[in-house]
Amino acid sequence: MSEIDEQQVYKWLSDVADPEVPVLTILDLGIVRKVSITGKGNDTAVTIAITPTYSGCPAMDVIAIGIRMALASRGIKQVIIEPQLSPAWTTDWMTEEGKKKLKAYGIAPPNRKAFQPLGLFEEDSASCPRCGSGETELVSQFGPTSCKALYRCLSCKEPFEHFKCH
Amino acid sequence: MSNSKYLLDYTLRLADDALILGQRLGEWCGHGPILEHDIALTNTALDHMGRTRSLYQYAAEQFNNMPAEDKTGVFTSIALQNLINTSASLDEDNLAYLRDGWDFKNVLLLEQPNNDWAYTIARSFFYDAFNYFFFAALEKSADESLAAIAEKSLKEATYHLRWSSEWVVRLGDGTEESHTRMQSAVNELWMYTGELFIENETDNALAQQGIGVDLASIKPMWMERITSVFEEANINTPQNSWMQKGGREGRHSEHLGYILTDLQFLQRTYPGMQW
Repeated sequence: MSEIDEQQVYKWLSDVADPEVPVLTILDLGIVRKVSITGKGNDTAVTIAITPTYSGCPAMDVIAIGIRMALASRGIKQVIIEPQLSPAWTTDWMTEEGKKKLKAYGIAPPNRKAFQPLGLFEEDSASCPRCGSGETELVSQFGPTSCKALYRCLSCKEPFEHFKCH
Repeated sequence: MSNSKYLLDYTLRLADDALILGQRLGEWCGHGPILEHDIALTNTALDHMGRTRSLYQYAAEQFNNMPAEDKTGVFTSIALQNLINTSASLDEDNLAYLRDGWDFKNVLLLEQPNNDWAYTIARSFFYDAFNYFFFAALEKSADESLAAIAEKSLKEATYHLRWSSEWVVRLGDGTEESHTRMQSAVNELWMYTGELFIENETDNALAQQGIGVDLASIKPMWMERITSVFEEANINTPQNSWMQKGGREGRHSEHLGYILTDLQFLQRTYPGMQW
């Protein structure tokens, strides 16, 4: 097989979707931290460092399988996945493209920098991804996955999910 | 004890704390007062379980790399000893499923039963506040693996503490019924909070090397956070009383046995069973 470079691997990884929010790729989420290539020809080995969004993210195993499959289908047999905890993942690493896709999918994207934690009873304001209204209220800080909160739009009355700033 | 034993002891106690609290919170699954708070507790449980895995993986790696003479006597649980005698290495599951109660190092606070909602909240609140300051300090540990786990966990401990603090205020400053339940939960659990700050040989050895956290330095911050939330919640902070201890040395309440029966049943009945 021909020689590959890191850029090529990143291009292949842009096909790997997050299993919980399939509209996002793992690159949109910012969880791929490093790609390195060793060896040549049939001995080519690719090492990919990925970081979990949350400590207990149940999607990590499926993401690792997705990465292996994406590379195997391009003839890369040796794939080493390295889990990496530090620096800790933040929604600040989500791409602008990713945020647009989330909104189009019906999930309000993170809308502030994550380094400043909220005070007691303070709520993030999230605009309704359907009608665009800013008149919304928090239903629960916890939703169907660790990364999302539940909101309700007071204008169009629809419930929606907000990808939390983290 | 040798240095590698201290580090293993330290890693295991953090893992056991996370596992036992995660298991307790998971017991609420399908039983929460409303769906959203059922989900809140199980989401939080998942964070604790994720940390549990990272820590047990690291503990297993430490044990596997120990010189043979150090491995003797680290675990006294028969099922684990049998495995050590026949297997080259331990993994995270072995540590979670094959240790008996006396090999567990979690604090007694976390094995206390869920009782009612206020009791569950009070237990989480005491521990979340501890975790928040503990991980903020452990993030600077000279041990890179512990520092990385702490960095990740601190972000989660931050919103755990916010969530449990809000509930303490909501219940304490709520109805007469919710206030009474919150205050009595706080009163009953208070005697388990002292153990969070007891420093034993392991703490002293590792704090000296910049690996472990100086617990005395975070106690005042914990106390300040607890009292300020209690003030807002109209809850009286219990005065110093006799404090329970023993968990860090493997001396537990009867409750732990029941938790482990539930948690370990499958691997004990069908050893090596895979999902």
